[in-house]
Amino acid sequence: MVFGLVEVQCTDQPRCEVTVSDRTSLFISCFNDFFYPQTIEAATRVLRHLDVEVSIVEGQTCCGQIHYNTGYADMAVPLVRAFIDRFKDFDAIVSISGSCTAMVREQYRRLALRTHDQKLINAAEELSKRIFEFTDYITKVLGIESTGSYFPHRVTYHPTCHSLRSLNIYQSAVNLLKNVEGLELVELPNAEQCCGFGGTFSVKNEPVSSAMLFDKMANIEKTGAEILVALDNSCLMHIGGGLKKINSGISVMHIAEILASGLDGGSS
Amino acid sequence: MEGQAKGFQGSSRQFLANSQLRSNLRHATSTIRNKRYQVTGEVDDWEYLRERGREIKDYSLAHLDQLLSQLEDSISNKGGKVHFAVNAKQANEIIYSIVQTHQVKELVKVKSLTTDEIELNRFLEDKGIHPLETDLAELIVQLANDKPSHILVPAIHKNRSEIRELFEKTIASGRHLGQTPAEIAEASRLYLREKFLSAKVAISGVNFAVAETGTICVVESEGNGRMCITLPEVLISVMGIEKVIPTMEDLGVMLELLPRSSTGERMNPYTSMWSGLYPDNDGPKEFHLVVLDNGRTKVLRDPSSRATLRCIRCSACLNVCPVYERVGGHAYDSVYPGPIGAILSPQLFGPSRSGTLPWASTLCGACYEVCPVKIDIPSILVHQREQMINKAVAPRGEQVLFRVMAVVLSSPILYGVSKSIIRSMARYPRIVKALAPMVPMASQWVTTREVPDIPSRNWGDDLGRHGEEHG
Ligand code: SF4
Repeated sequence: MVFGLVEVQCTDQPRCEVTVSDRTSLFISCFNDFFYPQTIEAATRVLRHLDVEVSIVEGQTCCGQIHYNTGYADMAVPLVRAFIDRFKDFDAIVSISGSCTAMVREQYRRLALRTHDQKLINAAEELSKRIFEFTDYITKVLGIESTGSYFPHRVTYHPTCHSLRSLNIYQSAVNLLKNVEGLELVELPNAEQCCGFGGTFSVKNEPVSSAMLFDKMANIEKTGAEILVALDNSCLMHIGGGLKKINSGISVMHIAEILASGLDGGSS
Repeated sequence: MEGQAKGFQGSSRQFLANSQLRSNLRHATSTIRNKRYQVTGEVDDWEYLRERGREIKDYSLAHLDQLLSQLEDSISNKGGKVHFAVNAKQANEIIYSIVQTHQVKELVKVKSLTTDEIELNRFLEDKGIHPLETDLAELIVQLANDKPSHILVPAIHKNRSEIRELFEKTIASGRHLGQTPAEIAEASRLYLREKFLSAKVAISGVNFAVAETGTICVVESEGNGRMCITLPEVLISVMGIEKVIPTMEDLGVMLELLPRSSTGERMNPYTSMWSGLYPDNDGPKEFHLVVLDNGRTKVLRDPSSRATLRCIRCSACLNVCPVYERVGGHAYDSVYPGPIGAILSPQLFGPSRSGTLPWASTLCGACYEVCPVKIDIPSILVHQREQMINKAVAPRGEQVLFRVMAVVLSSPILYGVSKSIIRSMARYPRIVKALAPMVPMASQWVTTREVPDIPSRNWGDDLGRHGEEHG
């Protein structure tokens, strides 16, 4: 177990004043809860392997991102309140979705302001400093670059837009992947361009979304990778669904699943 | 989703199908994108400059009343005349009345988005006056009876051979033009030179207006703008109220930001500046500045969208936008396309004309990353989505669906129930796959994407310890 305040070196200073303790919970995101139980398990396994006594607090549902992003911000406010209530006692919240992390960090305070409830506003502000994306937590808070994983495959990495531009954590994932034994990381051409998912965008503007998806898939195929990895299962559902439809033979995996490979009791 | 099948959703579909357009766009945007990336990268303090740009614009927007009256004084003191127009109609009428006193049937114009916004050309044509566009790309668009599709490169949707054919049919009819860009451009040069020398009235846009000195600044690449500004006797410049900045020093910052962001050049070839009239020298004998509101003060009143007015129309956000790259500017059906258009157009032109535009984005944030004045376009997009929903742009079915989802997600019990329903669906994967194409929201989705496998178990079955609630 890791206790006490750790020195964390990172650029966005205020966000790193966190105590690593056993009061750490995973925020699993509704999307993963419904469709990707294996990612939740993998992330838990990786964190426990790294001596973080992570729990998964019960009663957590959705961060409100779907509502907020689509334009139903008022409907997201009760979700913000519920989220803050669920997680208020934790020193750190580790999220396995880049976009949900960005939602809490960047929008919670703004949404809390709508309630004029000063307590909620303070809590939102405070909480936004304690939520970390999974790979960011491992590399910056724990200060670990190598998880001791083993995954003998050719992999390419798509930095999702939120992880790349809102959270600025491109390097965290790359460093972790590079240190996985057996893993060959190949660069994805035009990696920084959006895959075309965008939540409700892929429904409302499906043809444009597909056009972007096809270009993304063409670039993925160019790499000759067996597996595409990313930090967000929502983008991966969209890209993975496309790759399957064209019978590309390339599968998609959340980074937690790769990092869980080859650990004691891990799968693969 | 019938309610939104029109607007951006309808038009984007049509333009997506045009593969020539897509390849023109991909080529053009990626070229400018790379150039921008290079020349912004070589500035040590680029981020500092962006911050300065933001500051200058925010300061100006917060002191608009003061700065505009200062600008008016500065220009009047130097022999120019400033007119204020509340809306497009007023602006057009002001311009027409000036043109009328000079009794011309043709005038020359240098690219101006603001005059496109107020549809000045159509207004003048209706009155029997031909406004000739002199910017090469604008001329191409005008000759083709087309509409601009990019802020900076209005003819970005056309490639070289399309342009050559167009010229051979119009301004160079009967002649056979060569293959090189230089030969094609030469045809327009010959045509325009003559026009510049004979035109009595010119109309220009404005990139920046300096309140302190009354200096108007126009930035361009071809030099045609400079001829418009200097040769004719009468010059009318049109600007939105947000173009004013306090000092020449501020202009220095903006001129570092603009060319690098827009054309990817360290400096643009022609920067023209003038302050009122210069009686002892050549240049126009009469100068009018038309300052346009047209909905801008309304934008200014909304704190969540106000930053939209910082825009200096560099078009960097268009060039990096993955949506713009696929559909082109015409799909936005507005003089302001791309990410900036998606936030500005609904505010200026209202929900019935531009209401679907705020959803024309994945919120990927590439626009915000490049914007020289740091406009947080994704946040404003989301805010505009909300505004449009309040103005009943979203279909009713969607609103009901989101309300139901909000209730379910707020209640751990209902949430658990819906999870069990999903789990039970896992037992019938074939039925799920067969039914998916019939579900309204999913039907299109699954045409290019396989339905995801639904897991039959919950997480935790596989963990040693799990789910302990903290206590
Ligand atoms: S929004 Fe920013 S990037 Fe886009 S045109 Fe305006 S100034 Fe340029």
